Amino acid sequence: MKTVIVVGNGMVGYKFCEKFVAKVDQDSFKLIVFGEEPRVAYDRVHLSEYFENGDAERLTMAPREWYQENNIELYTNERVTDIHRNSKTITTLSEKTYKYDYLVLATGSSPFVPQINGVDKDGVFVYRTIEDLEDTLAYADKIKKTVKKPKAAILGGGLLGLEAAKAVMDMGMEPHVVEFAPKLMPRQLDTRSSKVLQVKLESMGINIHLSKATNQILGNGHVIGMEFGEDDVLNVDMLVISAGIRPRDELGKSCGLKMGTRGGIVVDNKMRTSDPSIFAIGEIALYNQMIYGLVAPGYEMAGVAVDQILGVEQTVMAAEIDMSTKLKLIGVDVASFGTPFMPAEKGHSIIFENKTESLYKRINVSHDGKRLLGGILVGDAKDYNMLLQMYLNEMPLPKNPENLILGSRGGEDMSFGSAMDLPDTAVVCSCEAVTKGQICCSVKDDGNESVKAISKATKATTGCGGCKPMVDDLVKETLKSLGKVVKESICEHFEYSRQELYDLVKLRKIEDYDSLLDEVGKGHGCEVCKPAVASIFASIYNERANRQATIQDTNDRYLANIQRNGTYSVVPRVAAGEITPKQLLAIGRIAQKYDLYTKITGGQRIDMFGAQLHELPLIWEELIAEGFETGQAYGKSLRTVKSCVGSTWCRYGMDESVTFAIDIENRYKGIRSPHKIKGGVSGCIRECAEARNKDFGFIAVEGGWNVYICGNGGANPQHAQLLAEKVDKITATKYVDRFLMYYIQTAPPLTRTAAWLDKLDGGIDYVKDVVINDCLGIADQLDSEMQYLVDTYKCEWKEAVENPEIRSRYTHFVNTEETDDNIEFVSLREQKMPKAWV
Amino acid sequence: MISILNTYEAVESEKVSLWFKAAPVEKFPKNGGACVKYKGMQIAVFNFTREGTWYACQNLCPHKMEMVLSRGMIGEDQGEPKVACPLHKNSFSLKTGKHLNGDLNRIATYPVKIEGDFVYIGFSE
Repeated sequence: MKTVIVVGNGMVGYKFCEKFVAKVDQDSFKLIVFGEEPRVAYDRVHLSEYFENGDAERLTMAPREWYQENNIELYTNERVTDIHRNSKTITTLSEKTYKYDYLVLATGSSPFVPQINGVDKDGVFVYRTIEDLEDTLAYADKIKKTVKKPKAAILGGGLLGLEAAKAVMDMGMEPHVVEFAPKLMPRQLDTRSSKVLQVKLESMGINIHLSKATNQILGNGHVIGMEFGEDDVLNVDMLVISAGIRPRDELGKSCGLKMGTRGGIVVDNKMRTSDPSIFAIGEIALYNQMIYGLVAPGYEMAGVAVDQILGVEQTVMAAEIDMSTKLKLIGVDVASFGTPFMPAEKGHSIIFENKTESLYKRINVSHDGKRLLGGILVGDAKDYNMLLQMYLNEMPLPKNPENLILGSRGGEDMSFGSAMDLPDTAVVCSCEAVTKGQICCSVKDDGNESVKAISKATKATTGCGGCKPMVDDLVKETLKSLGKVVKESICEHFEYSRQELYDLVKLRKIEDYDSLLDEVGKGHGCEVCKPAVASIFASIYNERANRQATIQDTNDRYLANIQRNGTYSVVPRVAAGEITPKQLLAIGRIAQKYDLYTKITGGQRIDMFGAQLHELPLIWEELIAEGFETGQAYGKSLRTVKSCVGSTWCRYGMDESVTFAIDIENRYKGIRSPHKIKGGVSGCIRECAEARNKDFGFIAVEGGWNVYICGNGGANPQHAQLLAEKVDKITATKYVDRFLMYYIQTAPPLTRTAAWLDKLDGGIDYVKDVVINDCLGIADQLDSEMQYLVDTYKCEWKEAVENPEIRSRYTHFVNTEETDDNIEFVSLREQKMPKAWV
Repeated sequence: MISILNTYEAVESEKVSLWFKAAPVEKFPKNGGACVKYKGMQIAVFNFTREGTWYACQNLCPHKMEMVLSRGMIGEDQGEPKVACPLHKNSFSLKTGKHLNGDLNRIATYPVKIEGDFVYIGFSE
């Protein structure tokens, strides 16, 4: 049995282990790993996320058990101090000796700390390990207690420096980025894109200081400022240095391996050092006289070293390493690929810049206009994958290459082909080096017909995840090319779409989830199909959430909206936003009694937050006694119908919008649907009720009401489309009845009306045909189904409060009357809020 | 916060030294969960009526450290029993505690037995 020792348990060292155990027979090799840090390998690339969630474990590449399961001996907190090449042994700080057959050095790098006067003062930190961050965080906490608006400087405006700026901002300090060069991210961005990024970052509260050479760090014992020469001083309370990296190559140096003149251990394309038994990978490897500080080349090196040790000699490192990167920096997309800056003798650049939107796109094209040579994207990098593939595979450019960054305009063909146009050798997932050919074969030959299955089989998408949309396209297109229908089944328990399941429930008159599972499903169900089926029962039988409570989404199950700390919010219906002073007083009294945070919602009603589970029936009992009923704010159901004040008060009003909105809200209240539904009624075209960004909206015009459907605010705002013009109230209502019922029956789960219409063949014209012209002959049926739902409405909170069995569900514990002592509130502008998440 | 997380450690069925008599069976909803308090700890107990099995785990979701798992929906993923957190739908195996749709920490799981009409949770102390 041969022994392989890996020195270094960082991302690349871990990747070596992962690739090694996947390929090797465990009886022929023994793997021993040493890590200097106390933790097992973690994802340094996403270090700033540690500040968002304080959860170091989330960054872990694989838990300790993984090493055990794979028979890897792992020693953390154990630094290797010497390599004895003659006896092929290493010794560690605790003076233990281990023998190796192959040694893999993956010691990575350490932050470069420039020799500036005062750099050893308290309050100066580097940005590299979780321990660095914890020290920084502890210091920041200390500072915040004594200084009112503390400032922190970050020395270095490169990629890591900007990440660090985000981290100190999250710590509650005012960030100041200090960069020696005249631009940010000097290695990736040209001057103009860097300026676009700078403007965007400044607007987010990050101060940028360029062309600053730091002379000395000021302060007596601890840092109080930075001096850039003469009178140029920046006062700061803390300093984080992020001025580049230096390879941790001291082991290589001391044992006499061939080194680069400026550090790094020289390797060949097999990742071998000058000693054939010793390999070097990652940020200590000097390959082609370059140190590669990115994860993807490091992973590739790990794969090469594994194959070389196992005797697969043909696996070698590519002669040219692609340094393309795409990342989300403080929420801003930044990407560069190929040759980002290009001298004019090599080609031409096409540049689009829009500072008002913080957008910059540049592509570099060969003189003959046939090849893409590189480019830069800031602000919007959604086309990065396609552009990178075009560059890597030297694909021909379209006739008008500007379409690649501007999008096709005015009826021209789409500039990008589909992902299927890529050559089979195109690397789609660069983290795991998976090609288009491998993905398509995996679909065709091995029956992996979903992204999930593909990622399990090929590991594609498991790294940074950036290739997911492309893998998704490849899977769908390959299935299509095989003549297979891409089936939109709800989940593994039902091989049906929601619409098919809706018809089955109706046809077979099934009323229980368990019976449905027995008759047309398999297995025992999950959190995807249960609420979808609950919604179908509600739409067909108007079944309220109380009967089959455990198949409801959590909000429906408890008839309230769960909030950040596990408490709930309470929203009584205030139809169309019309509320009497007496009702206002009642809400005020009840909210005060139960110490609830109150806020006016976007839907013109009042939300009361911070109720504990056991308080919900008590609060509702009082609200119901005051004449309120449930507002279904928790449900995928009608929320509110927003109204302007209309012709009753407004001097411009064409009709009584409030009256109509109240009637409509009361008509549709309690109706559950694939997703939430919102309505609006405006008394004139000034549109104060914003009816055109609602799922349905009515606007009073000369001679009647205009009816709009399928608008949406939310993540993808969309204006509603005109369904009918100048119709009377009764006709308008009838059309919306039919439209809603048709949507409820045919939409996939959790799909808003706007998204449903986008996917509907024939679009709005088809909806008009169905609801106005009755082309399917189902109008009468839709009418009567809607009427049934309207006629059978009941307030489910009244039911819950009056029924002792339902009421007994509202306790935190089943074995004691005690309440959850884990809930903490803090005060906020004379009200309360949940204690912040760490 | 981290200290709360550390109070929950998985108990294997062979290591049980104490069976805590939690509550009568009928207190637990069919195909759903409820929360039991034991010595300051909150344990979520799930009644998989369809399968006729019971599971227990910490009530604390390791994502945002809220005591909510007992209110989550239960189900199975290729036969693996699981609970989905009501806050962000992180789902965890109730057999191993493993996070199934991401890489959060494992949650602690506990053995459950039914004797007479009572639910017992196993601890090792």
